[in-house]
Amino acid sequence: MTALTLGSAINAALSKALESDDKVLLMGEDIGKLGGVFRVTDGLQQRFGAQRVIDTPLAEAGIVGTAVGLALRGYRPVVEIQFDGFVYPAFDQIVCQVAKLHYRSNGRIRMPLVIRIPWAGGVGAAEHHSESPEAYFVHTAGLRVVAASNPQDAYVMLRQAVASDDPVIFFEPKRLYHSKGEVDLDADLADAPPMHLARVAREGTDATIVTYGAQVRTALDAALAAEDDGLSLEVIDLRSLSPIDMNTVAASVRKTGRVVVTHEAAREAGVGAELVASITEQCFEYLEAPPQRVTGHDIPYPPSKLEKHHVPDLDRILFAVDRVLERGEGVLR
Amino acid sequence: MTYTQTQDSVTGGVPDEGDVLRVLEPDGARVPDATLEPWIADLSPHELRALHRDMVLTRRLDAEGVALQRQGQLALWAPCRGQEAVQVGTAHALAPGDFVFPSYREHGVLLGRGAQPADYVLAWRGEEHSAYDHRAINAAPPQIIIGAQSLHATGWAMGAQRDGSTDVAVAYYGDGATSQGDVNEAMVFASSFGAPVVFVCSNNQWAISEPVTVQAKYPIAGRAPGFGIPSLRIDGNDALACVAAMRWALDRARRGEGPSFIEAVTYRMGPHTTSDDPTRYRDAAEVEEWTQRDPIARLEAYLRAEGMLDDSGMAEVARAADALAAEVRTACIGATTRAPETMFDHVYAEPHAGLERQRAEYVAYLEGFEK
Ligand SMILES: Cc1ncc(C[n+]2csc(CCOP(=O)(O)OP(=O)(O)O)c2C)c(N)n1
Repeated sequence: MTALTLGSAINAALSKALESDDKVLLMGEDIGKLGGVFRVTDGLQQRFGAQRVIDTPLAEAGIVGTAVGLALRGYRPVVEIQFDGFVYPAFDQIVCQVAKLHYRSNGRIRMPLVIRIPWAGGVGAAEHHSESPEAYFVHTAGLRVVAASNPQDAYVMLRQAVASDDPVIFFEPKRLYHSKGEVDLDADLADAPPMHLARVAREGTDATIVTYGAQVRTALDAALAAEDDGLSLEVIDLRSLSPIDMNTVAASVRKTGRVVVTHEAAREAGVGAELVASITEQCFEYLEAPPQRVTGHDIPYPPSKLEKHHVPDLDRILFAVDRVLERGEGVLR
Repeated sequence: MTYTQTQDSVTGGVPDEGDVLRVLEPDGARVPDATLEPWIADLSPHELRALHRDMVLTRRLDAEGVALQRQGQLALWAPCRGQEAVQVGTAHALAPGDFVFPSYREHGVLLGRGAQPADYVLAWRGEEHSAYDHRAINAAPPQIIIGAQSLHATGWAMGAQRDGSTDVAVAYYGDGATSQGDVNEAMVFASSFGAPVVFVCSNNQWAISEPVTVQAKYPIAGRAPGFGIPSLRIDGNDALACVAAMRWALDRARRGEGPSFIEAVTYRMGPHTTSDDPTRYRDAAEVEEWTQRDPIARLEAYLRAEGMLDDSGMAEVARAADALAAEVRTACIGATTRAPETMFDHVYAEPHAGLERQRAEYVAYLEGFEK
């Protein structure tokens, strides 16, 4: 075990992938000499050369579109979109091409393509640098969508994503890039839980909080705070947003009978809406209270001075926990 | 002169800054150029001094932006030092009715449009996405999505054309932006419809860490003719060349001759933004070389040699620059953060029941803390 930041765990995963398969290529803006604007690819071009770690022209449709061609030719491109808000110029390539080629070719064409996206807010960034576009991709059949919440998962899931023959949208919570955790660098992928499975991040009995990405950290903090109040909260880290591991979610909800879903993306037609619908379908008779969603508001990501009101914090989660526990308006500490 | 395709395709790099039109040498000596000269023959000493003054103001404003960021007053700043001539020079050529579509780095263009002190800093501070009233200064909100504004400028120009007006739209973007589909689509539209738009590409040699050679193996100005758009490749550190090229392009647009393209070859002296570390990707020697081609020193040398500027004139400009910096600082430090519920404002132009419910819920939630 080695203590690594989430960013360096991703670097280690990319390094391992480049090392073990010469068909793996990295592509993106500023990923070479600079090592990426977050330094996540630091040193990789030096080590593997400019033929494998490619600084591309400044064109997202170009990056993803050429990766499609490279994949057709047998390569396994891992592309970096510099920031969440810059994935939209590549959106057409992702949803019309990347997602559909396997289906359109009756399975003859594989798209082993990973699209890494530094993701979501809470870092005081400028406009277009803090967005949560995951629902667009979850809504698109043919894509796998995953979100890492800690260094170990980032390391293992990224390697699994590179190994997958399906296209994977890989979300990296940028506000956790510098947070550390233990990583088993020698972990055998065969022993690791597959990336489509959720993880029970904390066990509890009174209510379930379902979340993913950086919100896992916030949910765990909320659970810790609730413990002082004599409450036992279970926290589920989804890890995969498409598919969603409903077995793990449903088992927890059946146990606790109460559920809060939280994410920082907007509420309307978001991942939370999907979760609550599925929970209602599968666990209706176990529910003791209506499920609650704690999400970003249905607004464009606000200017950074107001973002603390947009990204759900511990208090907003606890407020919703109080509601599912039918403890009135919510206990505000 | 239109840019012709006689330029040899270049392998391993684009032509250096020697291959450009200019009327001021780096040492300030005036050199003749048949293409540019007619457009600036009438510049008065007063106008020349104004050009110099605005460049100094822009540099001072930029230094203040960097300082405010270092002091934690701004979240970020995108320095424009070294690019004052292309920004100020082209903006000086504009008429009040023209409309600019800037990128995030165009502080000198905003100055030329009459931006107010707070307009420069509130977005970088994280208070507003775009602080200025676009109608007051005829400038669209600064664009962060690379190249998107080129299409907006083209559409605006199509509207101006329809209205029978002589107003012109100007899109500003960098060399990196020319790789984007939007920028190429804008040229198709502009050319097909003969839209009165000017594309100003500030080729500052770098797109964050990527040299222009990652975006272009042929002079960027050489692309436009392929779309049917005439272009000029000018020395972007020569303010007079920038005024001349812009007047040429604006005149074409106003006479109904459609779009033009200007590649202004310049250099970003500072980091990409205050979070960038350029020592990771470029040589000190390169920066030093470009320091010798400084746009402000160049115009200053020329004006002094012509007896249009002296020490007292310089002192006056310096005072004006300090005054602007002080106003910007005051506007920045004095900014108050809006009330949380204002983040729900302006998502829609008309009432939206879902959002109003969300706002009410959030306000009630916040009020719960006060009880
Ligand atoms: C669509 C998009 N992709 C990536 C970025 C991130 N980014 C911001 S500025 C920049 C470099 C732009 O270079 P250039 O167009 O040459 O303009 P300059 O910054 O040099 O003025 C990049 C990659 C962005 N803002 N928008």
